[in-house]
Amino acid sequence: MSRINKLDLDPVTVRKARSLARKAGRPIVNLARQHTTVSVERAVLRLAGLTGADADGIPWVNRLADTVRADVGLEHGLALPVWDALLRGEAEDLEVLAQKAATGSVTFRLPEGRDAVRARSASRKVVAAGIKQIDARRRERDRLIKKHGDPEQRPWIYLIVATGDIYEDIPQAQAAAREGADVIAVIRSTGQSLLDYVPEGATREGFAGTYATQENFRLMRAALDESSRELGRYIRLTNYASGLCMPEIATLAGLQRLDMMLNDSMYGILFRDINPIRTFVDQRFSRQIHARAGIIINTGEDNYLTTADAVEAAHTVTVSQLLNEYFAKEAGLGDWQLGLGHAFEINPDIPDSFRLELAHAMLARQLFPDAPLKWMPPTRHMTGDVFRGYLLDGFFNLVGAMTGQGILLVGMMTEAVVTPWISDRDLALQNVRYVMGAAGNLHEDFHPPADGFIANRARQVLAESVELLERIVVDHGLLNAIADGTFGLMRRPADAGKGLDGVAKKSGAYYNPATELLEAGQ
Amino acid sequence: MSIIRPYGDTTGDGMVQLSFTLPVPHDKRAEGAAVQLANKMGIDPALVVHSKAMGPDFTFFVVYGPVHHLVDTDKVEVLERDHPLLSPKEANLLIRKGLRRRLTVVGACIGTDAHTVGIDAILNIKGFAGEKGLEYYREIKVVNLGAQVAVPELVRRAKHEKADAILVSQVVTQREAHLLNTKEMSAAFREAYSEDTRPLLVAGGPRFTEQMAAELGVDRVFSRGTTPGEVASYLVDALVTKRQHPIRKKTA
Repeated sequence: MSRINKLDLDPVTVRKARSLARKAGRPIVNLARQHTTVSVERAVLRLAGLTGADADGIPWVNRLADTVRADVGLEHGLALPVWDALLRGEAEDLEVLAQKAATGSVTFRLPEGRDAVRARSASRKVVAAGIKQIDARRRERDRLIKKHGDPEQRPWIYLIVATGDIYEDIPQAQAAAREGADVIAVIRSTGQSLLDYVPEGATREGFAGTYATQENFRLMRAALDESSRELGRYIRLTNYASGLCMPEIATLAGLQRLDMMLNDSMYGILFRDINPIRTFVDQRFSRQIHARAGIIINTGEDNYLTTADAVEAAHTVTVSQLLNEYFAKEAGLGDWQLGLGHAFEINPDIPDSFRLELAHAMLARQLFPDAPLKWMPPTRHMTGDVFRGYLLDGFFNLVGAMTGQGILLVGMMTEAVVTPWISDRDLALQNVRYVMGAAGNLHEDFHPPADGFIANRARQVLAESVELLERIVVDHGLLNAIADGTFGLMRRPADAGKGLDGVAKKSGAYYNPATELLEAGQ
Repeated sequence: MSIIRPYGDTTGDGMVQLSFTLPVPHDKRAEGAAVQLANKMGIDPALVVHSKAMGPDFTFFVVYGPVHHLVDTDKVEVLERDHPLLSPKEANLLIRKGLRRRLTVVGACIGTDAHTVGIDAILNIKGFAGEKGLEYYREIKVVNLGAQVAVPELVRRAKHEKADAILVSQVVTQREAHLLNTKEMSAAFREAYSEDTRPLLVAGGPRFTEQMAAELGVDRVFSRGTTPGEVASYLVDALVTKRQHPIRKKTA
């Protein structure tokens, strides 16, 4: 990756953009610190080792959380009432306690004084063991990467598997790795983001994707460990920490050594109509987990361009990247963990569309020199003309090569036609290999003139980003900007959206051992 | 001329190209199998111009050749438009004169589909294919509910807005989810409204065909490539000219 300042961006403007993002983001972080959610609290129970589900498939963490909430409310956190009940001898372990809670044979209270101190330290001890497991998984990853090696080239080749059946996904993922994929993403079943629980066990039924469950994570990671051994390079596994259960899914990803997680600060708000406060609270916790687990996050700026115009809205991508960077670093993630997203979505019929794409991609590259940027293929202007689509994907790959992207999601010429066929994937990888082989080092020669179209366009987008951030900071704040449809043209007010009833303002007695341990470790 | 054949570079040559994958290792036998398949599809002689292994167990083929089949264009069934294509100005005028109030359209991506490309192309002022979307029409009130709208919520908003027409879009679909979602939607509206008061139900998306309307329980289906003007013209024809749905007492 070349670190030369190719675009000649004004460092003062860049610093200003970052400081505005910090100003816009800080009130959100404060808001997130002041609240908790049902999913954050359930993630604490998962870190404490509570797994499994009742006969109806409702996880024990949900059963227990719901009962505690009904007895004492959510605002104090679950740790104190739950471990207080265990210390009072209501049950020998969490699972039995959850079962008893589900049948109504145990009542929870908020412990005070010495009882509270004891519950606090008991919960902390158990949750610390869960975090130790995440640490062990991280060390295991480091060891395996050392043993098998990283991919030889950048960008890493990222391929998607999505059958709905984990036992079909496994051979497909292994085949994709053999064909050249460095990263396998298992797309989730549509609709999972709006479930307020994480399904249990290995699943074989999903729409347009496979459910994210702890067991599915385990099965796929084991299969890709096998592939890593066979291929002599570490194959990374990706899933989605998004939707109503993102803190829990992040936790499960840490426990099962997933390597990357889709984790955008605003995606759920904008595209799933999840309540903004719920999202920002869940976001912060899940990013703290990802930071600890050594997971690379992938942000979702590409999505804005599927609803808004990719030229007019280019600066909203930059603004979102800056915000995602701020939120990520505040949560303890390092630059190497920031797979900031952007996409090749400019209408190919407009003049100079390729130069505009180059300008936007270079701007992202230069603003975030140490982040493994995630470069996303065209979807909006893939029309069903597979021949034209194949050419478009070639140009997408070329931009990826010329601008030193970190992670390249392989575009399929049958986008918007069918879920990828085996031949589509093979042709797509031939496309990537050809472009990388023929032009992979072109960035060494590619220095657009400082007064040329590309540099000017990049400066213009940066200037528009600064303007938008100024408006957000001065006028009305980020929550209002989201409510006004600034991002992706979606209007999402802070007092509406799904999952709002799962948010509570923390009381003075609130305690969360996981947050305490994660923040102490930063 | 109603009898035609595909055209490569000479009238009547019947040339087609196709590509497919067979679940066999790449060898001579695989190529023979590809020729056999192409022959059975009516391509003879079949020219396998490219074959490539897709891993150890699959082979990909590109085949060229002439088909023997003839096509009779007189026997092709299409849903012909039986109403005029209106400009936004004409549509506005007809609504103002015929309805004496604004026509209300409620649009949504239903089910779990988060891809609003389709509904936005029709509704957003930005439009599609050089035509402005329905928001541009002064006499049409557009309520775009966006993505992942649950059917009960759509019904509730339709009642609240006193919708004349419901537009739903389904873009990303697997295992026929677009059909199931649309049927669920039309059933819910039939349950919530009597037949003579229910809003006009319109479904659209690249995986639908226009002949599906009856099966899906909707009044009209629009397929790939539909422009906002076509939708507006249909709405005006059905709701204003033909006064299909809903029959509503005139309010202020």
